[in-house]
Amino acid sequence: MPGILIVAETSAGAVAPISFELLGAARQLSAQGAGSVSAVVAGGEAEAKALIAHGAEAVYTADAALAGQPADASLAAVEAALQASGADIVLVGTTSFGRDLGPALAFRQKTGIAMDCTELKIEGGRLRATRGCYGGNARAEHTWKAPLQIATVKPKSFDAPEPDAGRSGAITASGAAGESKVKVLGVAKAESTGIRLEDAQVVVSGGRGLGDESGFRALEELASVLPQAAVGASRAACDLGWYPPAAQVGLTGKVVSPNLYIAIAISGASQHMAGMAGSKNIVAINKDPDANMVKAAKFAIVDDYKKVVPALIEEIKKLG
Amino acid sequence: MRRRRPSESVNIIVCVKQIPDPETPAASFKVDEAAKKVIPAQGIAPVVNPFDPQATEAALRLRDAAGEGKVTVISLGPDSARDAIKHALAMGADEGVLLNDPSFEGIDNFQTAVALAKAIQKIGAFDLILMGRSAADWDMGVVPAGVGQLLGVPVVTVAKAIERNGGAVKVDRVLDDGFQTVETPLPAVVSVSNEFGEPRYPQLRQIMLAAKKTVQVWGAADIGMAADELGASGRWLPLDALYVPKVESNVEIIEGETPEEKARNLAQKLRAAKLI
Ligand SMILES: Cc1cc2nc3c(=O)[nH]c(=O)nc-3n(C[C@H](O)[C@H](O)[C@H](O)COP(=O)(O)OP(=O)(O)OC[C@H]3O[C@@H](n4cnc5c(N)ncnc54)[C@H](O)[C@@H]3O)c2cc1C
Ligand SMILES: Nc1ncnc2c1ncn2[C@@H]1O[C@H](COP(=O)(O)O)[C@@H](O)[C@H]1O
Repeated sequence: MPGILIVAETSAGAVAPISFELLGAARQLSAQGAGSVSAVVAGGEAEAKALIAHGAEAVYTADAALAGQPADASLAAVEAALQASGADIVLVGTTSFGRDLGPALAFRQKTGIAMDCTELKIEGGRLRATRGCYGGNARAEHTWKAPLQIATVKPKSFDAPEPDAGRSGAITASGAAGESKVKVLGVAKAESTGIRLEDAQVVVSGGRGLGDESGFRALEELASVLPQAAVGASRAACDLGWYPPAAQVGLTGKVVSPNLYIAIAISGASQHMAGMAGSKNIVAINKDPDANMVKAAKFAIVDDYKKVVPALIEEIKKLG
Repeated sequence: MRRRRPSESVNIIVCVKQIPDPETPAASFKVDEAAKKVIPAQGIAPVVNPFDPQATEAALRLRDAAGEGKVTVISLGPDSARDAIKHALAMGADEGVLLNDPSFEGIDNFQTAVALAKAIQKIGAFDLILMGRSAADWDMGVVPAGVGQLLGVPVVTVAKAIERNGGAVKVDRVLDDGFQTVETPLPAVVSVSNEFGEPRYPQLRQIMLAAKKTVQVWGAADIGMAADELGASGRWLPLDALYVPKVESNVEIIEGETPEEKARNLAQKLRAAKLI
């Protein structure tokens, strides 16, 4: 029987949010006739139960130690789950892991993969995927030539289903062992002070127009007077070494969709928009009235951020 | 001069793609929806995919650190893709191969990976294949994985630094939430990201020297690709539609005599909208 297999990921020992978004996407496809929803995860019963609560009907668990390994070590476990489930659709997150696993799986299975999809639907019994391309300037819709259809899903594109501990599903431990010729020698997690960029309700982002690294101190201060706020950056600012790459928002950085995105001295190149266009409300602070970010915003101040930001911090403090 | 052991010599292949300039302003970016193709923007010349000179830079540094070796540049594309190869040769690469055939028109990233893998097999021995992390036209990032799978060698992606360690390379990678250092035995495929840093810019003299370097041109038959694998009909991922999404502007420009007044008005608007 056809169906959908999602490749779940864990982070810090728990199922990562992207996996629930994948289940959200899979449930929509299932409702359109794509069959049942299974998941494969490098983890144990706790992870499997969380996936079932979020809508998986069957879960294949694999060695939890695969989680920190290069993605190709997980190929055998994913292929075993693919075979056991009989799925003809595989959904993977567009993450560091998924960007590696997805294409490797596709080439091994001799089928195509649509990367970073934002919309998925079933048409005539087959998957049809929509994705941004040309830096976000265009959108493409794809189908697959081979029977197996693989896609990576852009974070924040689908809502995670509400968990329901009453749901039941089969849990099968998979013995598939995998290894990689690539050895991990070390990892350096980005320092995160406070809330994760992806989870923040407010994101204050800075770009090249800040002029130097010290501009980010003002942005951090602005973030500190706003609840649930984190600081992001454009690639130009990261490439200049003003802010760490883990804070980069955009096509090749993080995808955020906060309630409020405050873009300060960022022009709004399509590749940056690709990471934040889903924000509920955008505010632009930019010297240039014709900047793309100004046009995309709900509210904009056209002025020098150096004067605006300190005043804004004071005004917000006054409002309390 | 110190004699180097032949094992230090390094044989690198770099894959470069020519694409429409990704900095093309949105207003000049147009698509022919019927043909499912981008219409080249007036007066904006195609460029080398921005990550590919970084891959080339990585190759040149590894070759020069070894003191001996060869960097071969491959590009699959139309006649104009020769410019992408010339750019890499001017940076210091040794030889070029242009994969050029009418039947390559309209192919996807998967067919491209097959063609590149076949061309690399034809070239023969290699220690390392370097590519960009993704091509800024389709923004897929699948060709490195594909060439690795097709040639049966390990793949390491999104490199910010690469160091050779005998028969292996140590690679610093950029992850979603930090960095990772890995080691892979050679031969391998490594894809390079912008965090690698600025590539060198060719000087006039090097551009002139590059004109004398050889660029071979191979068609589909030269790399043993069959007709049914090629053309838009051979796509693994058919393209059903290509369009420019509509965006409308509803911006409210916050008024005020001074920056301070604008800031006050913005804070009040945000509070009224319950955004802060
Ligand atoms: C393949 C590819 C992937 C990419 N991925 C990403 C990505 O993930 N994320 C990303 O951000 N970019 C990405 N880019 C880069 C992107 O194309 C732009 O180059 C980049 O976003 C520009 O950053 P910026 O807006 O900070 O700088 P700029 O475009 O230089 O804009 C600076 C802005 O600051 C304004 N300004 C200047 N001074 C002041 C002042 N005193 N007060 C107020 N405003 C001021 C200017 O008016 C201008 O609008 C990518 C590019 C490519 C080709
Ligand atoms: N037509 C091509 N010719 C040469 N190299 C290519 C071509 N297409 C992709 N590549 C290489 O593969 C990388 C990733 O491309 P992609 O998978 O298409 O996003 C690019 O940065 C290039 O190094």
